[in-house]
Amino acid sequence: MSNKVIYGLFDDEEILLKSAKDMVSKGVRIKDVFSPFPIHGIDPVIGVPRTRLAIMSFIYGAIGLSLAWLMMWYMNISDWPLDIGGKPSQAFYMNLTAFIPVSFEMTVFCAAHGMALTYLIVNSLYPGQQPHNPDNRTTDDKFMVQINTADNKKTAEEIKSMLSSTGAIEITEKEA
Amino acid sequence: MNYTLTKNTRNILFGMMGLGVVGLIYAFVAGIEGQRIWANLLVNGLFFTFIALAGTLFVAIQYAAEAGWSAGFKRVPEAMGQYLPVGGLVILVVLAGSAFHVNHIYHWMDDYLTTEKTTVQDLRAYEEGLQHHAAHAEHHDAAAPAAEGHGHDAPHAEATPAADKYVSEAKFPVGPEHDLYAANYEKAAPTDSIANPHFDEIIAGKSGYLNKPFFFARAIIYLAIWIFFTWFFRKRSLAEDLAGDEVKHKKNMNASGWFLVFFAVTSSTMAWDWVMSVDPHWFSTLFGWYVFSGMFVTGLTMITLISIHLKRNGYFQHINENHLHDLGKFMFGVSVFWAYLWTSQFLLIWYANIPEEVTYFQDRWENYKVLWVANLVINFIFPFLVLMSRDAKRNMAYLVVAGVVIICGHWLDVYLMIMPGTVKANYGIGLLEIGMFAGFAGLFGYVTLNALSKAPLVAKNHPFVDEASHHHI
Repeated sequence: MSNKVIYGLFDDEEILLKSAKDMVSKGVRIKDVFSPFPIHGIDPVIGVPRTRLAIMSFIYGAIGLSLAWLMMWYMNISDWPLDIGGKPSQAFYMNLTAFIPVSFEMTVFCAAHGMALTYLIVNSLYPGQQPHNPDNRTTDDKFMVQINTADNKKTAEEIKSMLSSTGAIEITEKEA
Repeated sequence: MNYTLTKNTRNILFGMMGLGVVGLIYAFVAGIEGQRIWANLLVNGLFFTFIALAGTLFVAIQYAAEAGWSAGFKRVPEAMGQYLPVGGLVILVVLAGSAFHVNHIYHWMDDYLTTEKTTVQDLRAYEEGLQHHAAHAEHHDAAAPAAEGHGHDAPHAEATPAADKYVSEAKFPVGPEHDLYAANYEKAAPTDSIANPHFDEIIAGKSGYLNKPFFFARAIIYLAIWIFFTWFFRKRSLAEDLAGDEVKHKKNMNASGWFLVFFAVTSSTMAWDWVMSVDPHWFSTLFGWYVFSGMFVTGLTMITLISIHLKRNGYFQHINENHLHDLGKFMFGVSVFWAYLWTSQFLLIWYANIPEEVTYFQDRWENYKVLWVANLVINFIFPFLVLMSRDAKRNMAYLVVAGVVIICGHWLDVYLMIMPGTVKANYGIGLLEIGMFAGFAGLFGYVTLNALSKAPLVAKNHPFVDEASHHHI
């Protein structure tokens, strides 16, 4: 049996959500959903795990903070001790108040840029990347479900009939 | 469904109030200085009034923003606001005590400090009063240096060498207040007019704003209008349950706009009046927002804790982890906002190192070092790390632990605003402080939960109450 990719097109995201729930409850594995906007509540239905971007954000932030402190320690304490406001304190912790704004900025800078770049790389969004979108209408007002027969025990015909019975307005099929 | 204040809960709350009475009795028996008891009364009066006020603020914000998610538990902040008259009364008692010189919390209320010309006999009478107070304070607290017994924020004539490190030449442009001058005028006639050596130029310069009639008028106006709005919001909200039209909701929505404008101004001026004027020589422009941020985070934490209490006792089944998540985000975010304002205030003063500004932090650094550092750790670093992750904000146990720590931490924050300016180094955190905190917490809890039990827990005709039950993030 050849592997096939089946696309079901919907014109309402609520119908798509209901259809996806229905099919998943009958043991169909959905590969992906294409939509012009985020569909509330679709992630747990089609088995998208929770993002781990927040953990990465914390790590990037911690790196930023460490870099900021290393930089300021080297520049203002070690290499060229800075006299801040006439205060005779040239230990890092005593001058820490003066370093708070830079610490904050570097933490935010690294966390934000790290997160944005990670997001783009993980989602394969970089210059020269070919679009994965199977149908341009899903960038406008249509919604699409993608199901791979390789993931499923059901045949292509069974899946297609389930799609049409749950409200898909157009069903296409192509070889994987 | 109505909340019932169970016997068990009531006994716990009365037990806490009893602990407060025990603390007070202990203070009298142990001969703790009266100023410290008054200062504690003010700390707790302010702290719990702030929580009540934050409740009303929360209600107003939800109306003004037409927020849906909070409609399911809006009776909680409404009930918290019911404590405002009680807390306001406590504050007014302390203010009046200062005006009648029963306590010296608001040092600037001493009219003699703003009198430029005096007579020899008036000076003599005034200084005898000072000596009498000093002797009195010494009698009560033998360990305390007599001059400090007043709790006036007079510049230390006997400033420690450590203090000089930060404030070299730190002399206010006013005479040292506890020096006695009457001896210089032994030969003068009692009615001779002389320049008042106790004249305080800075306080006199502020007397256009800091004078007793205007001060008390402001205090009464703030409290009266806050209480009026609290009453108005709740009355309309309860009437809506019976009527079921949206007219009352719209009325509350319009009123919330007026309340927010009034609150925006008075939350700052209230902080200047009641908190900042404890140190009348010192000022900070963002002090009002600093007090506000602490007030807001404590109020939000209290809403969270009461909601969790209700949920654990079988009420509030419609409040799930999505609502708690949003409340947790609020607690986290406003804790960071508090730290932001704390740092903004400290950073500029530390950087500039101007004597008249830096004395505020110098007092805290010299005498309150451990508490002062703990304040920042408890109120910023702890909630920042504990409430950072999504899972923690959706977990009741985490929220309760973080919430209790935040409540205690912000009590400490208010304590650090009031104590250095009123009792200098003669502070302590003993049975008196802990007892009074527990006592007022019990009183606040009783008033709030009692108000909560008087009305249905869910505002059933609120237009967003259905939306709130489907809240999902």
